[in-house]
Amino acid sequence: MTDVQAILEKVTTKYGKQRSALMPALQAIVKEKNYLSDEDIVAVAKTFDLSTAEVYGTATFYTFLDTVPRGKYVIRVCKTISCHMSGKDEIIEALQNTLKIKVGETTVDKKFSLLTANCMGWCHKGPVMLVNDDVYPELTPQKAIEIIQSYQQK
Amino acid sequence: MENKLKKVDLIFCKTCQDDIEVVRKALQRNPDEIINEIIDSGLKGRGGAGFPTGLKWKFARAQQSDIKYVVCNADEGEPGTFKDREILDVVLTTVLAGMAIFAYCIGAKEGYIYLRAEYNFMLNKLNATVEEFNKKLKDLGLSFEIQIRSGAGAYVCGEESALFESIEGKRGEPRNKPPFPTVVGLFGKPTVINNVETFVYTAMINHLGAARFKELGTQDSRGSKVFSISGDTPKAGIYELELGMTVEDFVKEFGDGDTKAVQVGGASGHCVPRKKFENTIIGFEGIPTGGSMMLFNSSRSMYNVLKDYLEFFTEESCGQCTPCRVGCQQLLKGIEAVKRGERPASYLEELKKLAQSMRIAAKCGLGQSVANPFISIVDNFKEEIIY
Repeated sequence: MTDVQAILEKVTTKYGKQRSALMPALQAIVKEKNYLSDEDIVAVAKTFDLSTAEVYGTATFYTFLDTVPRGKYVIRVCKTISCHMSGKDEIIEALQNTLKIKVGETTVDKKFSLLTANCMGWCHKGPVMLVNDDVYPELTPQKAIEIIQSYQQK
Repeated sequence: MENKLKKVDLIFCKTCQDDIEVVRKALQRNPDEIINEIIDSGLKGRGGAGFPTGLKWKFARAQQSDIKYVVCNADEGEPGTFKDREILDVVLTTVLAGMAIFAYCIGAKEGYIYLRAEYNFMLNKLNATVEEFNKKLKDLGLSFEIQIRSGAGAYVCGEESALFESIEGKRGEPRNKPPFPTVVGLFGKPTVINNVETFVYTAMINHLGAARFKELGTQDSRGSKVFSISGDTPKAGIYELELGMTVEDFVKEFGDGDTKAVQVGGASGHCVPRKKFENTIIGFEGIPTGGSMMLFNSSRSMYNVLKDYLEFFTEESCGQCTPCRVGCQQLLKGIEAVKRGERPASYLEELKKLAQSMRIAAKCGLGQSVANPFISIVDNFKEEIIY
C-alpha cells in the first residue's frame, strides 16, 4: 500500500499547498487506498495546515470521497429514474447474489464494495454502473455478473 | 400534419472548422466587437438557467481586476442530461476555443474545467487534449492556460458558486447572491462560468457569424440546442434541434406512440402531460431546458417518477439551508403518507404550499426548483399520486 506522505508530496508538487489543492489530494488518496482513514485525514490536515475537522468536513460532503473502508473495486449502480425504468433493481439483485453482500457492504476479501449512486449521465443507455472510474452502460444482469467476474480474476 | 421539428448539425460538425484557427482570427478582432456579436446573436446559457451569454461576458469585461477566471461547468448532473459528455468527447477543442476567445475578451489568464467524477474515465484523454491546446495558445501569443479539476459526486456542485467552493477545496455549498460570479467568483475574483455547450456555441458564432445562428429558433430562443433524450422512446440519444418546437412536435418524432408525459429539463424541470403537448413550447418562452427530455408512456406510474425525483433531491440537497434540507424530506414523506392513506388527498395542497415556499426561500437553484416537478406532477397526475 502506498504511503500517504508519498501521495501528498506528489499532489503538493503539482498543485501547491494552498487550500485549492485539497480536493486533488483527497481524490488521490482515495484512488490509491480506496478510502480516507482517520490517519490519512490527520496527515492531510497537517500538510495543508488546516484543522482535521475542516478536512473531514470537506471529505464527507462528497459521495466519492469515502471515509469508511471500501473494497479495491467500488461498484456504483445508478439508481436514478431512467436506470430505474430500465431495470437497475435486477442488476443490483444479480450483483448482490454474485458477491454475497448487500448494497453498502464490502466483500470479506475486501475486493468489492457495492453501492448505489445518483444519475451518472447514461440515461439513454441504462442501466449503468461504475467500477472505480470505468463505466459500463447498457447492462443486463448477465453482463453485470460477467464484468464482476473479470474483476475477480484481476 | 407536417412535422415542424428541425434537426441541426452545427455542434458536432467537426469538418467545418479548425478550432485554433478560429481563436487566431478572434485575436485580431476587438474584444467589444466579439462580445457585441454574442449579444446580437441572442445566445442564452445552455446549462438550463438561460442567462444571456453576451451580457455575462460584458459584465465580466467591465470589472477592474488584474486576475479574472474563465470556468467551464462540466458537472453535468441533472437526471436525464448526458449531452455535455458527448460534446467533450467529440469536440473538446471547440469548447477550449470558446474559453480562449472569452479569456482574450476579458483578459483572463487561467481557466478551469470542472468535470464531474462520474466522467473520470475520460480524464486522461481530455488532459492530453487540453495540454496540447494550451501549447498552441501559447504559440499564438495568448497567455491563457486551462486545467481540469474533478468533482467528487455532488449534484449541487453544478450550481456555479458551489462549484467555485469545490475548486477552492471546500464543501460544495452555494454562496449567497449577489454578488454574482462576474463580480466575485472563483477565489473572490471576477469569473465567467458557462456550460460546456455554451462555449461551443460562442466559438461557432465567432466562426460562422451571428446571422447564421439567428436564422434558427424564435425571438426568445435563438439558435439550436443539444438535447438528451431518454425514457420510453425508441430513439434515445443525443440530438441537436432547433429551439421553439412544441412538445407535440417533439413527441411525434421521439415518442413510442403511447407517451403520456414528458419531463422537460430533468428532475428540476417541468412535467408536461399529454393534454398540454400542443400548446407547450420548448424554449425560453415556454419551458426552458438544459436539454434533458424524458418521455414516459402509460405503463409508468407518475407517483414513482415523483418519488424518485424527491429521493434524488433529498440526497443531493447540501443541507445548508433549512427550506431545502427539511422541505425535500417533508415532500417525500408527505406523498408517501398520502399514498398509504395516512393523510387525506387534500394534504397535497399543503405540500404544494411547502414547495412554493421553497421556491422563494431556498438559497440556490436546487431547492428553488423542486417545486417545478412537484407541482407539475401533482397537478396533472393527482389520481396517480393518491390511489
